[in-house]
Amino acid sequence: MIEELENILERYRKKGGNIIALLQDTQESLGYIPRMAVRFFSEELGIAASRFYGVATFYSQFRLKPVGRHKITACCGTACHVRGAEKIIGGLRKELALPAGEDTTPDGEFTLEEVACLGTCSFAPVVMVDGGVRGKTSADVIVKEIKAIRKKPDEG
Amino acid sequence: MKDNTVVRVCMGPAGIAAGGKAVLEAFRETLADRNIDAEVKEHCSSHQVGCLGLCARDVLVEIGRNGSKTSYQYVKPDMVGRIVAEHIVGGTPVKEWLVDETFDTFYRKQVKIVLADCGRVDPEDIDSYIAAGGYEPTREVLMTWIPDDVIEEIRMSGIRGRGGAGFPTGLKWELARRSKGDVKYVICNADEGDPGAFMDRAVIEGNPHSVIEGMLIGAFAIGANKGYVYIRAEYPLAVERLKLAIKQAYERRFLGRAIFNTQFSFDIEIRLGAGAFVCGEETALIASIEGERGMPRSKPPFPVNRGLWQRPTVINNVETLANVPYIIRKGWAWYASYGTEKSKGTKVFALTGKIRNQGLIEVPMGITLGEIIHEIGGGIEGNRALKAVQTGGPSGGCIPAGMLDLNVDYESLAKAGSIVGSGGMIVLDEDNCMVNMAKYFIQFTQAESCGKCVPCRVGTKRLLEILTRITEGQGKEGDIERLERLSRGVKTASLCGLGQTAPNPVLSNLRYFREEFETHIRDKKCPAKVCKKLLRYSILEEYCKGCGACMKACPADAISGDKKKPHRINPDRCIRCGACFEACKFKSVARD
Repeated sequence: MIEELENILERYRKKGGNIIALLQDTQESLGYIPRMAVRFFSEELGIAASRFYGVATFYSQFRLKPVGRHKITACCGTACHVRGAEKIIGGLRKELALPAGEDTTPDGEFTLEEVACLGTCSFAPVVMVDGGVRGKTSADVIVKEIKAIRKKPDEG
Repeated sequence: MKDNTVVRVCMGPAGIAAGGKAVLEAFRETLADRNIDAEVKEHCSSHQVGCLGLCARDVLVEIGRNGSKTSYQYVKPDMVGRIVAEHIVGGTPVKEWLVDETFDTFYRKQVKIVLADCGRVDPEDIDSYIAAGGYEPTREVLMTWIPDDVIEEIRMSGIRGRGGAGFPTGLKWELARRSKGDVKYVICNADEGDPGAFMDRAVIEGNPHSVIEGMLIGAFAIGANKGYVYIRAEYPLAVERLKLAIKQAYERRFLGRAIFNTQFSFDIEIRLGAGAFVCGEETALIASIEGERGMPRSKPPFPVNRGLWQRPTVINNVETLANVPYIIRKGWAWYASYGTEKSKGTKVFALTGKIRNQGLIEVPMGITLGEIIHEIGGGIEGNRALKAVQTGGPSGGCIPAGMLDLNVDYESLAKAGSIVGSGGMIVLDEDNCMVNMAKYFIQFTQAESCGKCVPCRVGTKRLLEILTRITEGQGKEGDIERLERLSRGVKTASLCGLGQTAPNPVLSNLRYFREEFETHIRDKKCPAKVCKKLLRYSILEEYCKGCGACMKACPADAISGDKKKPHRINPDRCIRCGACFEACKFKSVARD
């Protein structure tokens, strides 16, 4: 991991120091922003850890916890909302048995992410499963897909 | 051009979601396979194009043949063989797959300027854009105009910022031009954060070079040599296409040093936004480009005087910039011939929600809401009644069904208590609850409030608490007045546009749908049957067949009854999830 972080640090120094870009690079290569990465950057650059966390918690893109093996992204945009996004999210949370306040299953298999708008409003409600868009969908359809993914744990 | 048959496959945001890539592949393969029809192959090319508009019918395929156009809807890869064989080779279109008559009404009232080349040019091929007249406006401006000419042209065209606030673009450029400083910046705001709007995404994915051209012309006008595109990381395809377009523009020397052998140089860099609605606010966006938390600061100084790294900066929205080359090409008078006295030109709207023809539309300013809903949109889906049209997203409001003769322009919408905003237009029917909608938007702005100023940070939180209480049956007398008073306070005292507009959805819903709030508060009932905690479920004994489906579906063990005999719901155990209502095939579960 250290090697990756060093590469990121070098790019940061070359590009004139942009904390958002540094965190985006970190998340891109590690999937999230681990504590040790922040500590590393903080020490190397002499910038307080709070500044990194300040940025990381401000923007919805950044995660401070690892992401599950399978990512389900539920759109909460207005068009999806009026077509029942809340119901879908409720159904999926129930199926995944997500504890309150958590977005990832304890076994690290699934992450349910809620996003503001995916920009495919004409297919509302929209859910993405591992990057693939499912339009005009319902909780039942996605639950079926989750069950199918669970059955073949070696793929994906 | 040698081609006389052109297949255009919609690869806009929705086209791709519906499987546009597979359809395009199928066309390419089928055409390549048919060696027997060498002539067909030679005279037929297939392209990916940006959004064709009627997204709900995707994948849309348009076949252009000797000047005439035929469109297919809902195309799947396995339909391609027949379309090629019968239409392209045989010359007879496959009738049953063609678009129906509503397709024509969808386009009839539209005027396409920004979206004109979206759906015609291949967004990944600069030559396709150049063949359509692209970069000619830039060449003309750089070689024969002076910056003041450009500013005058844009000012006369009357175009106003399409991102939401509607500030006159020509004036903004003029202020930046007059601002002192040798280093200036142009920023393209492509951080489309408004939920329910996707025109900027469609423009960048469908015609990225028009945005680059707009930035070039704007930079020339104000005297900037560096530009940034601030774009959401959530739009990976738009980022990819924009990167490719910038690369191609550099290769042709439309970007870089001495463009068109003039003294003008211009560079563009992409900055990925990390997801914060408040970054649509200019000063917050600047902080974000600088790598910090996107928190607005008070104005003045305005960005045109002191913006990015303290230098004069112009920030324009994607749609605004994409209009610029077309205004230069055809002249301000042509552009100003569309629209109303104070709102010129066209606006792109994302027409979604409970409407038949969902998609991206471009209409002249001043068109009536009724024309959009009934003619372009084809009316309400199913046999439900129109309730309201939400415009302007979290900063806007709802226009009730009774006001369909309202003109859609900056002034008229503002008078009606909403805004044009970035162009989201979400159609609501009687199944949508207006208290829930107000809560939805406040939930959004509350979460997106940056927290810097108290009225917005605390005010939106309190608004949300009251609204939540009302939707959960805990509404109190005086809540409506409390919402109004608080809303006015938040609007007046907040630092930036986010807080100043955040209460709009509450105020506008209260203005037009006050009784619905009162019913929630006094009768503890939700007329649209949306607010879960206000619903009561019961089984209509005369219809119940005793199949047990509801009992199986109930997660709370609240339903009991013997087989083939009417079942019963125990109201004390019922958690009002509605599972029984969904499960019953005989419509014997009542909800009120």
